Amino acid sequence: MSRLEAEQLGIRIGEIKVCSHLDLRINAGENWAILGRNGVGKTTLLHTLAGLRRPASGTVKLDGRPLTSLSRRSIARRIGVLLQDHQDAFPASVMETVLIGRHPYLGPLQWEGASDYAAATGALRDVGLEGMESRSIATLSGGERRRLGIATLLAQDPQLLLLDEPTNHMDLHHQILILDLLAQRTRDAAKSMLLVLHELNLALRYCDHFLLLYGAGETLQGTAETVLTQPNLERLYDHPLQALQGPGGTVWLPR
Amino acid sequence: MRPLALFTSLFLLSTLSILYSMASGSMPIGWHDLLSAIQGDGHGLASRVLIDLRWPRTAAAYVTGALLALAGGLMQVLLRNPLADPYVLGISGGAAVAALLMMLLGMGGIWLQGAAFTGALLSMLLVFGLSHGRGSWNISRLLLTGVVVAAGWGAAIGFLLALSPEQDLRGMLFWLMGDLSSSTLPVGGFIVLLAGLLMAVASGRSLNLLAHGELVAVSLGVSIKPLRQLIYVLASLLTAAAVTSAGTVGFVGLIVPHMLRLRGVRDHRILLPAAALLGGSLLVIADTLARTVLAPRQLPVGILTALIGVPVFLYLLYQGRERYGRDG
Repeated sequence: MSRLEAEQLGIRIGEIKVCSHLDLRINAGENWAILGRNGVGKTTLLHTLAGLRRPASGTVKLDGRPLTSLSRRSIARRIGVLLQDHQDAFPASVMETVLIGRHPYLGPLQWEGASDYAAATGALRDVGLEGMESRSIATLSGGERRRLGIATLLAQDPQLLLLDEPTNHMDLHHQILILDLLAQRTRDAAKSMLLVLHELNLALRYCDHFLLLYGAGETLQGTAETVLTQPNLERLYDHPLQALQGPGGTVWLPR
Repeated sequence: MRPLALFTSLFLLSTLSILYSMASGSMPIGWHDLLSAIQGDGHGLASRVLIDLRWPRTAAAYVTGALLALAGGLMQVLLRNPLADPYVLGISGGAAVAALLMMLLGMGGIWLQGAAFTGALLSMLLVFGLSHGRGSWNISRLLLTGVVVAAGWGAAIGFLLALSPEQDLRGMLFWLMGDLSSSTLPVGGFIVLLAGLLMAVASGRSLNLLAHGELVAVSLGVSIKPLRQLIYVLASLLTAAAVTSAGTVGFVGLIVPHMLRLRGVRDHRILLPAAALLGGSLLVIADTLARTVLAPRQLPVGILTALIGVPVFLYLLYQGRERYGRDG
């Protein structure tokens, strides 16, 4: 049984077709990347897989059960979502913001306990935000806010992470630090993740499975060897590319 | 600020403001009279003034301020908008039109209060129904529907004021600016306040999530639609109870939650009850000033809430600019 499974999934945004009859299986220990041009519906697909949006047709199953039959709370214990943007209406502190990751594990009138604070503190240390616990999130830089979003997901500790452009606003060092951290989670704890990424080379470095959205409902999926060919990628981005063989594998450069 | 210190100081402020209100007025009353009235063994004129006149009005001011501040805090997080106040969705407008109609008909007392409460509830149902439309219930549609309905009530209020005989105008304006002079012991308001506080604190953690955005809240396990409907109905009932006892007192519902946020209180489980205590104290102080500064003349309390609130709020905003601003 796959961890997350889409069956005959059809998604439309108004007149735009994102996918139709898409079958997708994400298993434990797999890292997936969704690739595609702006506006083909990568974010919409991610939201649908997370249960934040209803598909036009088909079903999404989590551990074999349709998302629609599960409570929000039980989904939140197993799927964590990083949205493309953070929309904070009122400034909370850094610690308060990490702690929201513990929400699915707490009863309605229960307050965060020592174990929740321990999880939050650990998550902040992992993303390099220790010592900032009492800062207001309104004072954080874009990259710091992004790492705080990742820390909230680490405190939530779900089996599957769905991340919409996780490296947005991050400097080079932190892009690698965060993706290393997430990949290690997949490797060591048999977690899974699905990333929307615009950095093709980062996707290649961290992911083992790829879903290409061409637009107009056309999709292609598979491993790097099977789908990341030059013709496929050039058509995907509508731009000529060049492959360079580096010490860590293939690197794609725009021509 | 630590919750214990915060609540200790707010309870202290509440007690002091109530004692100040009870001791102030055209008939000077000493601590001795206050004590004997509290113990229930005073039979003199001072005790009668305290028990029959000042206590109901002070209690009404406190409960009204608490209701408004709690409703304001809830509306702000529901609409995810720092400019929201209890009146933004037209609840007070509906109450005002009904109340002014009663005044025009020469009715007062229980009729006036009943009409205000009914008008508020009608407005709540109207906005709720219209904002549902045929599609999904979303927050920008609720906000726009509410603002437009409020504008409609505003026109109706203007129309009624234009039609009213001159001798009624003063009473109407006082009601519109908030007036506690004819208030009675706020038993109903107190019950609504307690129930509202319990529900607000119980949904506080979900509201903390909602402040980070609707999708964040949903992805962390919040059932958003029932939560929003609960908060909308709750904030509306709190507002309806407040305008029923005091007319449309402005400013308390807008600034009290922000005063606390500026002091670093952001967890809604603490912010909302703290807002109730602070709002109550503020309105008691404002009402005491409203009936004493120009005595024997009385001012509408809404003028005083703004007179006290504006400088205090601007000072806090200036002090807290590093905590509130995006880039310090």
